[in-house]
This record gives sequence, C-alpha cells and structure tokens, in this order.
Amino acid sequence: MYNPGKIITILVLFVLLITAPILLNIGKASEPPAPSLDTAAIEQLDEKQCIESKEFMRTHHPQLLSDWRQQAVREGETEYISSSGAAWEMSLENNCLQCHSNRSEFCDSCHTYTAVELYCWDCHDGTKGAGAAK
Amino acid sequence: MNRRNFIKIMAGAAVGGAAIYKGLDSFGAEAAAGEAQTLPAKHWGMVIDVSKFQGTEDIKQIAAACHQYNNVPDIGKADHEIKWIWQEDFEHTFAELESEYFSEKIKKMQYPVLCNHCENPPCVRVCPTQATFKRADGIVNMDYHRCIGCRFCMAACPFGARSFNFVDPRPHIEKVNPELPTRTKGVVEKCTFCVDRLEKGEMPVCAEVSKGAILFGDLNDPDSEIRKVLGESFFIRRKVELGTGPSVYYVIRGGEASA
Repeated sequence: MYNPGKIITILVLFVLLITAPILLNIGKASEPPAPSLDTAAIEQLDEKQCIESKEFMRTHHPQLLSDWRQQAVREGETEYISSSGAAWEMSLENNCLQCHSNRSEFCDSCHTYTAVELYCWDCHDGTKGAGAAK
Repeated sequence: MNRRNFIKIMAGAAVGGAAIYKGLDSFGAEAAAGEAQTLPAKHWGMVIDVSKFQGTEDIKQIAAACHQYNNVPDIGKADHEIKWIWQEDFEHTFAELESEYFSEKIKKMQYPVLCNHCENPPCVRVCPTQATFKRADGIVNMDYHRCIGCRFCMAACPFGARSFNFVDPRPHIEKVNPELPTRTKGVVEKCTFCVDRLEKGEMPVCAEVSKGAILFGDLNDPDSEIRKVLGESFFIRRKVELGTGPSVYYVIRGGEASA
C-alpha cells in the first residue's frame, strides 16, 4: 500500500463524515408528537370520545376516511354507524372538523413528524377549520 | 324408410325443437326480468319553464345563489370562468332550432343552462379514471379525488357544462359555505343537482330560489309534479339529436313572445 497514513486518515474521516448524523444524534430521541385536543368544541363535550375508540382512530383513521370518501361520494351513503351503534354523518366539514378545528396542533403534529404530506385541506378546509387562517 | 315413418320422425323433431326453443325463450325472459329489477328506481330531472323568466336578472339571481351555496368561485377572467348554471342566448341554447322567423323576443331572450345530467353521458364514457360517474338516480356526479384534470370530459360534453380550475379557486370564493368542500387547482367541476341537499330531503338551490320557474323531481314517477307539467305542455331538450338524453326539459308555453 502506498501512502498508508494518508489513506487511512482519509478513510476514517470519510466514515466519520457519513455517520455524523447518527453519531451527533445518539441518545437524543426527538419529541414524540402530541396532538392537541384542546378546542372549544371538544371542551364542551360531556364525554370526550371520538366516533370510535382512540386506539382505532389512531391506527385506522386513513382507512376510515377513505371508506367514507367511497361511500359518501360514489355510493351516496352518508350515515356511518359506529361500533357503539351511534349514527354519524360521513363528512369532514360537518363532523370531524367541527371538533378537530385545530389543524396545525392536531393533524399536522403527527403528519409533520412522520413526513406524511396530505392534500385533504386543499378542499376540505371549512372556515371553522384552523387551515382557514393560512 | 318409408314415407309414413319419415313424416313421423320429422313431426317428432319439430315438436322437440319447439319445446327447446320455448324453454330458451322463457330463460331469456327471466334474464330480462332480472335486469329490469336493477334498473334505477328514480331518475332525477329538471323542468325549466322558459315563460317564467322575465329577464336576465332572474337567471343571474339564481346563478348567484347556486354559486354561493356550492362554493363556486368568481375568478373574474373569462378564460378561467367556473360556472354551474348560467345564461345563454337562443342561438347557443337551442342551436338546432335555427330559423329566421322566430320572434325577436325569443331570439334575444336569455335562457338558463346547466349540466343536463344525461341518460347516456359522454363525459362519463371518456373519463379515464372514472372520476365522473352516473349514479343510480340519474345524477352525473364527480369524485374530485380521482380527477386528474385531463379535461376529456370538457371536450366530450356538448353543452359546455364543465369548467376547469386553472388556479386555486379558494381565494376567489367571497364567502365559503362551511358545510361543503371547495375544489382545488387542477380538477374539473360542474353542477351536481345539489346531491347533498337531495340527501337531506331538500330541493336544489336553483329550484328553491326560482319561484316556480324551475321544477325538480322524479322523471320515472308518472305522478310527480314535473311529469304532470311535461304531460300538459310542449317542451324541448337541448341537442337531443346527439343521443345523450338530457334530463333537463325546457317548457315552451307559447307566451314567451309576450314575456
């Protein structure tokens, strides 16, 4: 090997450089998202309960909204019967966004964290929604 | 084989063949009946009483109410215009009725025009993503989520009932109706016969604010108000010769010349 000193030094520097993002952030977990439920409409509820359980909504809300879209837009069915038997209107404007009117503190907190970019709000904004302030 | 046996065999074959044919025939009839049950039970339609429009102000008022309710933007540039219901002159409304002997009044009148919610909609046929579709109740609706903005439907529609969002419509909506979504840049939009209102049991906005000039109802129901009006009046549909089967009917009472 010619010039072993130079080569090994450069190799070590190179490895350090490309692993720098990992090395610099070791042990520093970033803050987990904390979606805020602090809106006037939610505060007024006697029982702070979404249409389904918190766990279900956390894991399945994209699927639920996709099903609603299919049923409400294409099949003309607008009533959703939840697992508890209650009837809800399948509508972002007239249902979800009534309570979750704080887009930047609620929706965006997780979606920004997971780098999920959605365009729901391009159309489904509603003047009551927080997106209107944009 | 003698002649007697030959005739017997032929007669037997004829009876057997007739029985088989009859069996096939009843099978066919059953199949047809099965299809008939899945036909749409309803067919929403609109009747526009031309004689009740006294001037362009009436149409403008109806259009304003419709556009305000449905979050239709007013962009202010003719080539970006979004319209669900608007006015058109005689020549463009009833192009095929060309004659130099129509009264000046009829020729100069403005007529309200909108999506005709055709029975055989060309816009649905050309849509590559099935974003435009015909519902079982006859309404031609759009799923804006699926629209890719190719504008084939705009080229296919013979009535010019579709508008394309060249720019984000949201800043151009004076007062957003918070109960309904808006559209976004890059999708086509058109009249929906106010499907959301029909689901709530209300009439479309234009029919409600027209003071009886626009009637709305079920064309399949012989007892509906619109069928009664159609039964006792002369009416025309736009461009029927194209075979799209418009569901919007224009009632002509003959009094238009004095209107």
